[in-house]
Amino acid sequence: MPTKVEKDSITGQETTGHEWDGIKELNSPLPKWWLYVLYATIVFSVIYYVLYPSIPGITGYTKGLIGGSAREALVEKLAKAKERQSATLTQIAALEPAGIAESPELLNFSLAGGRSAFADNCAPCHGLGGAGRPGGFPSLADDAWIWGGTLEDIETSIRYGIRNDNDDSRISDMPAFGADELLEPAQIADLAEYLLAFTDRAEDQDAVARGEEPYLENCAACHGEQGEGLPELGAPRLNDQIWLYGGEREDIIAQIDKPKQGVMPGWEARLDETTIKMLTVYVHTLGGGQ
Amino acid sequence: MALASGAAESTVAPRYHEEVVKLFVIATVFWGVVGFLVGVVIAFQLAYPILNLDLPWTSFGRLRPVHTSAVIFAFGGNALFATSLYVVQRTCRAPLFGGAAMGLFLFWGYQLFIVLAASGYVLGVSQGREYAEPEWYVDLWLTIVWVAYLVAFTGTLMKRDEPHIYVANWFYLAFIVTIAMLHIVNNLAVPVSFLGVKSYSLFSGVQDALTQWWYGHNAVGFFLTAGFLGIMYYFVPKQADRPVYSYRLSIVHFWSLIFLYIWAGPHHLHYTALPDWSQTLGMTFSVMLWMPSWGGMINGIMTLAGAWDKLRTDPVLRFLVTSVAFYGMSTFEGPLMSVRQVNALSHYTDWTIGHVHSGALGWVAFVSFGAVYHLVPKLWKRQGLYSLRLVSYHFWISTIGIVLYITAMWISGIMQGLMWRSYDELGFLQYAFVETVQAMHPFYVVRALGGVLFLIGSLIMVYNLIRTAAGDVAEEARTGRPVPQAAE
Repeated sequence: MPTKVEKDSITGQETTGHEWDGIKELNSPLPKWWLYVLYATIVFSVIYYVLYPSIPGITGYTKGLIGGSAREALVEKLAKAKERQSATLTQIAALEPAGIAESPELLNFSLAGGRSAFADNCAPCHGLGGAGRPGGFPSLADDAWIWGGTLEDIETSIRYGIRNDNDDSRISDMPAFGADELLEPAQIADLAEYLLAFTDRAEDQDAVARGEEPYLENCAACHGEQGEGLPELGAPRLNDQIWLYGGEREDIIAQIDKPKQGVMPGWEARLDETTIKMLTVYVHTLGGGQ
Repeated sequence: MALASGAAESTVAPRYHEEVVKLFVIATVFWGVVGFLVGVVIAFQLAYPILNLDLPWTSFGRLRPVHTSAVIFAFGGNALFATSLYVVQRTCRAPLFGGAAMGLFLFWGYQLFIVLAASGYVLGVSQGREYAEPEWYVDLWLTIVWVAYLVAFTGTLMKRDEPHIYVANWFYLAFIVTIAMLHIVNNLAVPVSFLGVKSYSLFSGVQDALTQWWYGHNAVGFFLTAGFLGIMYYFVPKQADRPVYSYRLSIVHFWSLIFLYIWAGPHHLHYTALPDWSQTLGMTFSVMLWMPSWGGMINGIMTLAGAWDKLRTDPVLRFLVTSVAFYGMSTFEGPLMSVRQVNALSHYTDWTIGHVHSGALGWVAFVSFGAVYHLVPKLWKRQGLYSLRLVSYHFWISTIGIVLYITAMWISGIMQGLMWRSYDELGFLQYAFVETVQAMHPFYVVRALGGVLFLIGSLIMVYNLIRTAAGDVAEEARTGRPVPQAAE
């Protein structure tokens, strides 16, 4: 197409004289503000290069007048944060959880630190605030404690965990009465009825009567004659309304047949001493610390 | 194939290859709907994890690259193929180099790439590089297709019957050449075996991270920006029937954009093992990129000078101009987020997701919609679109969808960033990660609903385009006010 400069009637601007598939271009100058802002960003960048680490060379880079390194800044900030907490943390480290709870200042600090550690490490299973979750994640906010609710019990559970590889892990192993054919299905059904009777939910009194014998023979040693539980062995109480794996008849039968057994990691490998102590104090205050 | 309707001059236009453009337009619309749909699915998965269905093939981790690749490479890529092959022929007044056979190879070759990539993702075959997930065998195939694309495009340019190369073609060429370079370098890898899918990258550690983000950022810069500016430079002046605002601005902003973009990648790695000096350069090049990006916005919007009234009557032009406005917004937000202190808050949060989608939905998708609405009547030789009212519905429903999406992500992202960095007076973290996830849930729902609106809008477009191609004209267009026609 030959070059043919025209004047655009609407803007009064001249075209460049080219045309492609009917498209023409105006020869408008660069907008002044656009050019000045472009220059300003270039000036900003040059100033930034002078002040901060920027231009690479063969063996290093220009450090800049202000300089600084993100890594060093982080290390410094972390050190400062640790410094702020160090006096209190030293005091906590020297005490047993029971001693911590006696000092209002240390207790307050431990509750804050425990809450933070709990939310990061424990809440995914036990829920925020220790509310628990269905399917075998016990609530820590009530006064039912499978492994005991004293400060020492709680600390042991946190430190070594439950049914894991840790040498000091808490272990309990309920037999699979149905799956291993230790009991007949009818006996298991009777047992379930017997357990329901603890909380007055039984519907078949004959079955309750039939369930007494297998209960005393197979269950009472760990769960107690009245179903009161035995925290030393991690045997949950059966005469309350708190059921780890569901309290309906079929849930109870399933659990006697082939029990689900939860696992908790031992936190001594992952958390430091003071954090475990603060967690202990925190969990103890959630609901029913003994 | 058909005669083009000709430029203003009375010279006879050559026979353009338009069949291939038609195919690419159909693929654009098809993959667009697929990509939006998968996006909606994974948005709901984030809000309601049960929708992962506990199956490996339907889990978020596998569907997310299906979404990103479908919208970027399948929807966006086909839109770029369609428009570039259309524009380069018309603005060069030359038929496609390689002819119809080349067109068919490009089309089926590129669709094969898409299918190979997506099927790999679902089956768990991924090299784990963001936006470059396909494994080595797919990468090799794409390289072949891409070289053919470069040959077809430059061949057409060289055979041109115009003294100058139109600005849209500069941008298309920059896109094709740079993507070739990015694709090859980022995917340098050693396959473990000839018959296996697995490979290992040539790079490791922070060098690998930087290579990946050099690629990732420039995929945004050259695929989603330069390529789509090519679309803008042809379809905005065409649809508005106005000359491009400033030739000089197009030169200066083209070269400054091309020069600066390629260095900005390190801003994705602020506060990482990447050396401080490199972070500084990434940040400053991003800040300097602000005006070069805005040069494209100014040229797009100011082209409407004297034709603003057309926005009222032409919803297709409304799509195009709104896309340029979203482009301007995103390219202001980008440099802002690249500033280290801002990035300290925004990085790893949903703010980034919001930013990407204001660009992807507002700019890339809207400018593509505008181009497709312009192209379909031309390619299928119709008087106009089936219904401009439906275009208008599409525009408003999708715009509301975008606004819901990006505002939800701004709020949730900034809230997330602030929660992560909150300490109590004793120096303990105020919030756990699970608490931030709980707090974001409502915004995830709003985001997903925004995505649903965007998807509905695109389905309206599909209906409208099918009726247009069939030669139908809606009642409202027959009886209502005169339908504005795109300029010829």
